[in-house]
Amino acid sequence: MKLTKHLAGVVIASTCLCAPALAQTKLTMWYHGAGNEVESRILNQIISDFNTSQSDWTVTIESFPEKSYNDSVAAAALAGNLPDILDVDGPVMPNWAWAGYLQPLPIDESEFADFLPGAKGVWDGKLYSVGLWEAAVALFARQSTLDELGLRTPTLDKPWSREEFMAALDAAKASGKYEFALDLGMNDQAEWYSYAFSPFLQSFGGDIVDRSTYKTAEGALNGEAAQAFGKWWQSLFTGGYAPGTSEDPADQQTGFIGGKFAFQWNGNWRAVATMEAVDDVVFLPAPDFGAGNKIGAGSWQFGVSAKSKHPEGAAEFIKFAAQDKYLAAFSDGIGLIPPTPSAAQMTKNYKEGGPLAVFFDLSKAQALVRPVTPGYVVQAKVFTKALADIANGADVADTLDAAVDEIDADIESNGGYGHR
Amino acid sequence: MASKLTRSNRAGWTFALPGFALIFAFIVLPFFFAIGLSLTNQRLLSPNPTQFVGLENYRQLLGLAVVTLEPERNDAGEIIRNEAGEIQYPRLRAITRSDDYPQYRGMREWFRWQSGEKIMTVIASDVVFMKALVNTFLFVLVVAPVQGSLALMLALLINHKVRGINLFRTIYFMPVVVSIVVVSLLWRFIYDGQNGLLNSILQALTFGLFQPVDWLGNPSTALPAVMAMSVWQAVGFHMVIWLAGLQTISPTLYEAAAIEGASRWQTFRYVTWPGLRNTAVLVLVVITMQGFALFAQIDVMTNGGPLDSTQTLVFQAVERGYGKQDISGGSTISVILFAIVLAISLIQRWLTRER
Amino acid sequence: MAVNPDNYGLRLFVRYLVLCLIALIFIFPLVFMINSSFKPDSQLLADTSSLRAFLPVGDISLNNYFGAFRRAPVGLFVLNSVLVTGATVLLSLLICSLAAFSFAFLRWKGRDVLLSVVIATLIIPFETIAIPLLLLVSKLPWIGLDGLHWGWLNSYRVQIIPWIADGLTIFLFVQYFKALPGELIEASRVEGASWWQVYYRVVMPLSGPVLATAAILKFLIMYNQYLWPLIVVQQESYRPVMVGLGYFFQLNVAWGEVMAYLTLITVPVLTFYLLLQRAFIASIASTGVKG
Repeated sequence: MKLTKHLAGVVIASTCLCAPALAQTKLTMWYHGAGNEVESRILNQIISDFNTSQSDWTVTIESFPEKSYNDSVAAAALAGNLPDILDVDGPVMPNWAWAGYLQPLPIDESEFADFLPGAKGVWDGKLYSVGLWEAAVALFARQSTLDELGLRTPTLDKPWSREEFMAALDAAKASGKYEFALDLGMNDQAEWYSYAFSPFLQSFGGDIVDRSTYKTAEGALNGEAAQAFGKWWQSLFTGGYAPGTSEDPADQQTGFIGGKFAFQWNGNWRAVATMEAVDDVVFLPAPDFGAGNKIGAGSWQFGVSAKSKHPEGAAEFIKFAAQDKYLAAFSDGIGLIPPTPSAAQMTKNYKEGGPLAVFFDLSKAQALVRPVTPGYVVQAKVFTKALADIANGADVADTLDAAVDEIDADIESNGGYGHR
Repeated sequence: MASKLTRSNRAGWTFALPGFALIFAFIVLPFFFAIGLSLTNQRLLSPNPTQFVGLENYRQLLGLAVVTLEPERNDAGEIIRNEAGEIQYPRLRAITRSDDYPQYRGMREWFRWQSGEKIMTVIASDVVFMKALVNTFLFVLVVAPVQGSLALMLALLINHKVRGINLFRTIYFMPVVVSIVVVSLLWRFIYDGQNGLLNSILQALTFGLFQPVDWLGNPSTALPAVMAMSVWQAVGFHMVIWLAGLQTISPTLYEAAAIEGASRWQTFRYVTWPGLRNTAVLVLVVITMQGFALFAQIDVMTNGGPLDSTQTLVFQAVERGYGKQDISGGSTISVILFAIVLAISLIQRWLTRER
Repeated sequence: MAVNPDNYGLRLFVRYLVLCLIALIFIFPLVFMINSSFKPDSQLLADTSSLRAFLPVGDISLNNYFGAFRRAPVGLFVLNSVLVTGATVLLSLLICSLAAFSFAFLRWKGRDVLLSVVIATLIIPFETIAIPLLLLVSKLPWIGLDGLHWGWLNSYRVQIIPWIADGLTIFLFVQYFKALPGELIEASRVEGASWWQVYYRVVMPLSGPVLATAAILKFLIMYNQYLWPLIVVQQESYRPVMVGLGYFFQLNVAWGEVMAYLTLITVPVLTFYLLLQRAFIASIASTGVKG
């Protein structure tokens, strides 16, 4: 009896383990969306499709909470424990590539020719990562609000100027109907500040770092344009237009819908839920503060870890996942922008005339990637703190100067981050 | 006789070894490694080779200097004033960035004061670290006595055998058993400036007279708000320690005091308090240690802001080491913190030594 | 002054009133958490501005709990945490009390130096040593059922073993042991008991209070672990509750589900606390005496 059991065990074990293992090589993949049901469902679908579509590779996935994903990856890299396929946030990619976590994608860039530029991660002239979606930010408003306040509806070709934008905020404030004219989502001090607010700075003509060399922030973050930006930024809070850094953590979700704010600067991942609750919501392009209207580009993307023994298999999977039908599925599921025009046509929200099609155009017309440098990780932190301090009343010139000093010192102590 | 019975090198080492080996391997060894890191320029992730930099990281954190700003003068040597009659001074950055003063490079203003026509400015290599240092001390200096004495008052209140006292004890102890992260999250709703519970309650109690305060958004209230929540969270723990101390005091002493006709205050002053000496030391030591390690509340509630009013040493160590990938800088802060707490506990020990 | 009954009754009333008011201060965030876990997000957030926050009123349902279980393997996280916590607590009690026994009762070469080192470790913040420790455990060997392999990442042991011994626990035991009557120990030695027998038969039976104190302190520390499991565990199957909290903070935070999850993960701690309550309060108390 004991023997039969034992034998049966061996037989079962060998059939389970060996049959598929003989043919297929295992690839591991890490993903930032633990706890997100919709994303997980779509991704798992892609993986199982991929695993059955060919006989060389099987992909297995491990999901992490987004909040601590970068820390998890850094720790795993230190311990030499990275997977084959890595999910990476667009602006962080150069940091990981420079540190040696990622290898260039062994796929020709022409494969992704029709992708939105923000969905492609290029560092040092090489393609490292590709995104299955792109995100965009817009000014959420109600058509009825615009009508009541007598405001012109801005368009991509003719966005609001700074004066028009401030006049709109003044009108909203004067109406007395809102707690605040504008919600910026100040409570979220992670990546949001540099993603959502650095385009304002760029629209003023400044930047987080001097992109011509990436060796200094002098002039870019504390020049005249940046000073003007800083003063305007501070006036949003001293003038009582927007709630400050202690803003209710839930305002980005419920504030605009509940009518607390006339305008909300928010991402398109909130668009679907907002449309459901607000019939006449409109998504307006960023105001033009003088140097063009800008929004941030670059969302989560897939890359191949430097330690992967099977980059060709990882690349195979990334190519497979980048098919239009999956891009469309993600877009339909989580409301984000499909990165190709052909996928956009397959979605319910982004096809021509679709309710969110405007975001596709917004992204195409205004999007600017965050500084493409390994130093971005630190620079984003410094920028975030500077903006929070200015919002809380710190001296604009001193704060920006200090931020420049800190960024420059960091670049220096990292040997220039490999920029030539 | 006794020494023979208790002397045993072999048994002594055998019993202590598992525990000591674990502590050595998983705490002492990594700590020496951290001290080593603080002497290098090691980054969390970087392809650049690690270099030994000596005490550079310590200089970067602790560098302080005083700079005197002379009033700006015109060619005739007269002080320039603006329309409002205020004396004009050069910008500090003109000095800290000038090649004439390489020693001040990269330093920033911490605080300044007026001295006659001149302005004295204290500049620091790392102003945020200095603020974190001050805030951490402030936190310990306020929280230790407040939490300790509130806990004692609660203990005195609850040290009576009345019905249901166990229920109250349990309730007062409850915040201790809930994770500090969870508690901090909840208190963010309570402290909210627009529609937080605290403002609502205070307004209801004062019939609307109270003006809502943005507790965590105001540099002058943020740290006190964090202190109050921390006291609230941990006071139950120290209450129970005090309670234990109270119960060791012999009832006959109280009877004697009653016979002498001592007032309540006298009883406390001459009977209760002397009996609590050991307990007081324990409470003080534990609160001090916890205070210096302040991190989770800041991480969840304020991120060090507004305007650095809630920066703390451990928060800075984490922010630097992990957030800014400067693991050697983060380690340096930790080593400095270790040195500070070690010095304080040596002083505490010396002050409370058996005389 | 003689105590008249009315006066006594009044004083009792005042005492209870004060006790109850203070109780409100301590319990209101928990009431808020539990009530909120039954409310939909929109109502939950609207209620925060009024006393409704403390009342189970409006649209009450268990939906948040169902949502939490759909979003994350809550049961797995709680199980992992309870397992890691339980194992660490038990091992810690044994190993730390043994070490403390040696420090308190035995005389041996190097004892004082070792004890000073142990006490000095009390003041090393964990955040300081996390990265060096990570590098260390990622290279340690382990012999499992499947033979020898290197690296402890992604396991229970990596969450347990480094946390077994700590300065505070040993210090608690030492302080307690020092206050035990030394004659008992000597008497048993005279009768020919081995050191192990003295530890096991004489000292441990007298150590109920300090064992309970050390257990609850360790329990609280272990159950609330966040940074360490975050960096040493990459597989969901070993993740503990506090890391699991991250599942609920997506771009769209589901506050009701957060409250439900918080309520769920607080249950084991409260249960453990209530079970130990009597022993526990008595025992924390007793360490105070020795301090």
